[in-house]
Amino acid sequence: MRILNLLKVAYRSLNRNKLRSFLTMLGIIIGVASVIAMLAIGEGSNQNIKASVASLGTNTIMVYPGNSAMGGVSQGAASNKTIKVEDVNAIKVNCDLIKFVSPVDQKRVQVIFGSQNWNTMILGVTNDYLSIRSLTISKGNTFTTADDQVAAKVCLIGITVVFNLFGDENFNPVGEIIRINSIPVKIIGVLTKMGQNTFGQDQDDIIIAPFSTVQRRMMSSSIYVNSILASGKSEAQVVDAVDEITNLLRNKHKIAPSDDVDFTVRTQSEISNIFGAISKVMTILLACIASISLLVGGIGIMNIMLVSVTERTREIGIRMAIGAKGRDVLTQFMIESIVLSFVGGLIGIILGVTVSELVAKFGGWPVVISLTSILMSFIFSAAIGLFFGWYPARKAAALNPIDALRYE
Amino acid sequence: MTTPENLITVKNLTKTYKTGDVEMHALSSVSLEISKGEFVAIMGASGSGKSTFMNIIGCLDSPTSGEYLMEGKDVLNRSKNELAELRNTKLGFVFQSFNLLPRTSALENVELPLLYNSKVGTKNRTDKALEALKSVGLGDRVDAMPNQLSGGQQQRVAIARALVNDPLIIMADEPTGNLDSKTSYEIMEIFQKLNDKGITVVMVTHEPDIAQFAKSNIVFKDGKIIANHLVAERKNATNELKNIATMTDEKSTT
Ligand SMILES: Nc1ncnc2c1ncn2[C@@H]1O[C@H](COP(=O)(O)OP(=O)(O)O)[C@@H](O)[C@H]1O
Ligand SMILES: [Mg+2]
Repeated sequence: MRILNLLKVAYRSLNRNKLRSFLTMLGIIIGVASVIAMLAIGEGSNQNIKASVASLGTNTIMVYPGNSAMGGVSQGAASNKTIKVEDVNAIKVNCDLIKFVSPVDQKRVQVIFGSQNWNTMILGVTNDYLSIRSLTISKGNTFTTADDQVAAKVCLIGITVVFNLFGDENFNPVGEIIRINSIPVKIIGVLTKMGQNTFGQDQDDIIIAPFSTVQRRMMSSSIYVNSILASGKSEAQVVDAVDEITNLLRNKHKIAPSDDVDFTVRTQSEISNIFGAISKVMTILLACIASISLLVGGIGIMNIMLVSVTERTREIGIRMAIGAKGRDVLTQFMIESIVLSFVGGLIGIILGVTVSELVAKFGGWPVVISLTSILMSFIFSAAIGLFFGWYPARKAAALNPIDALRYE
Repeated sequence: MTTPENLITVKNLTKTYKTGDVEMHALSSVSLEISKGEFVAIMGASGSGKSTFMNIIGCLDSPTSGEYLMEGKDVLNRSKNELAELRNTKLGFVFQSFNLLPRTSALENVELPLLYNSKVGTKNRTDKALEALKSVGLGDRVDAMPNQLSGGQQQRVAIARALVNDPLIIMADEPTGNLDSKTSYEIMEIFQKLNDKGITVVMVTHEPDIAQFAKSNIVFKDGKIIANHLVAERKNATNELKNIATMTDEKSTT
């Protein structure tokens, strides 16, 4: 009964000051909406990374030179040469749990066709690489083992390179000769379009050539390899396959069991975890920024409530003169600020969800709106209402009736 | 000994204000008894302590020292909440500046004391507020906002608000201070009718002709009561209003 009356009192008072009520809510609305939208965008990109990393094949294994146990992902620096071509062959011959294995040499190169030129990345790999990465050929054919043995001047090119050299994505360049770092190379196939990866890299901006072609004709060393890409026979045995490679290379590199190895073996899922962790940090960062705006919104509520207590001192005096107890005034102001933050929270949720949907629709960015983020920001905004409403409400309730009435 | 019909008894009431090192005695040792059914007008020069006295017996302010009994029971030792309840149920206030809530309809203003009275139900509330507004002659302006009402009408809303919880006493501090004489008489008419029904009225005024509507007059000077006497020829507000009406009629016919 009594609380119902006070709800009515608070409602009337908010309704009487619509603009002020709305402006007060604005802080909370923006705060809650940005928390929800930021978390949705962060979670969306997180899941996107996971999905695209998983699409690379969960049983993929990478071997890099150098020990990156302490430093995260090593990008196989050129100075750090420890993996040899013969290591690849040893893996192929000795590791039972490995299905495909390919050496990988990569280099940025200048490509010329007629008057067009283009800077791109060339990969020197064997046909196993195409199988591991599930790459397919849309026009022409891939190279043969014989091509690899003789370091034949042939290559496969991505759609982006086709477009930049020949001016048309649909042009069939099979049979054309291009110059890669001045070396004439014949195009024998075009890679099927892959599009962008999660990080916005164009995966079609690439040239793939037989490993020996790249190694002998374009790299400075003919013994060492940038990295090795392999795939396990089954996903369940990937960890065992990693051990197999590690033990084999440890033997071959003659490293004592007590010493650190001079190479790093990683599975795709480990890498995916690393990126997952990075994206999680990003999400937390975004959420922190959004929380700050929520906090600022809360301070806005306190600000308005404080001003409102001062501005309404006379009103409080009148209410007390006709019988309002300190606790009635306290409850009224508390209800007002809770209602403000609750309604603000609700509007904020609607706005946040809408913004997330718009980002998904027009920005092409994946978003995942989680119920947790909605609940969390809602509870948070209600708590802010309680917390920041408390002080001004206390101040109002502690007023002496006569002092409040006399207030000018 | 206080007799049972003594509604208000104050003894040696003192109120001292300290501004810096200067002590200011707004009330010095005031003693007074007001019995049920009284209609007291408190008079005196500006700054003589009338408002201070009213605020203390209205439980809005507390004295520096002294005793205050209402219906024979001590008031000053009560808690803030008990005093709020007392103001809500037994006292009705009327202020010089009306003190209505702005942007709040007449009806909602009158309902206000009922919202703080847990004994009055929702259904009853509107009925009681309407009844109070009718009794002050504003039954047709219940939805009007204060700024749409004249001074006299606003003061009548304030009186309705003071009445709505059926108080024992109406306390009015210069209720006619902002009103012209005809409107003042209308307010006095309401007060006299309420007093006839048994409600005690204590009213501050500095206008001698308004004080004539009360049953007795008390005069304050420098925080002390210097006179307390019955009104010899008490005026009847209804008659006075009729006189004014006939006077204006005569003017318009001549
Ligand atoms: N809050 C206050 N602080 C200091 N002095 C006050 C305060 N209220 C009233 N006074 C002083 O007390 C005296 C009595 O005031 P008041 O009761 O308002 O007089 P009245 O209503 O008869 O005009 C005045 O001299 C006034 O200046
Ligand atoms: Mg005064």
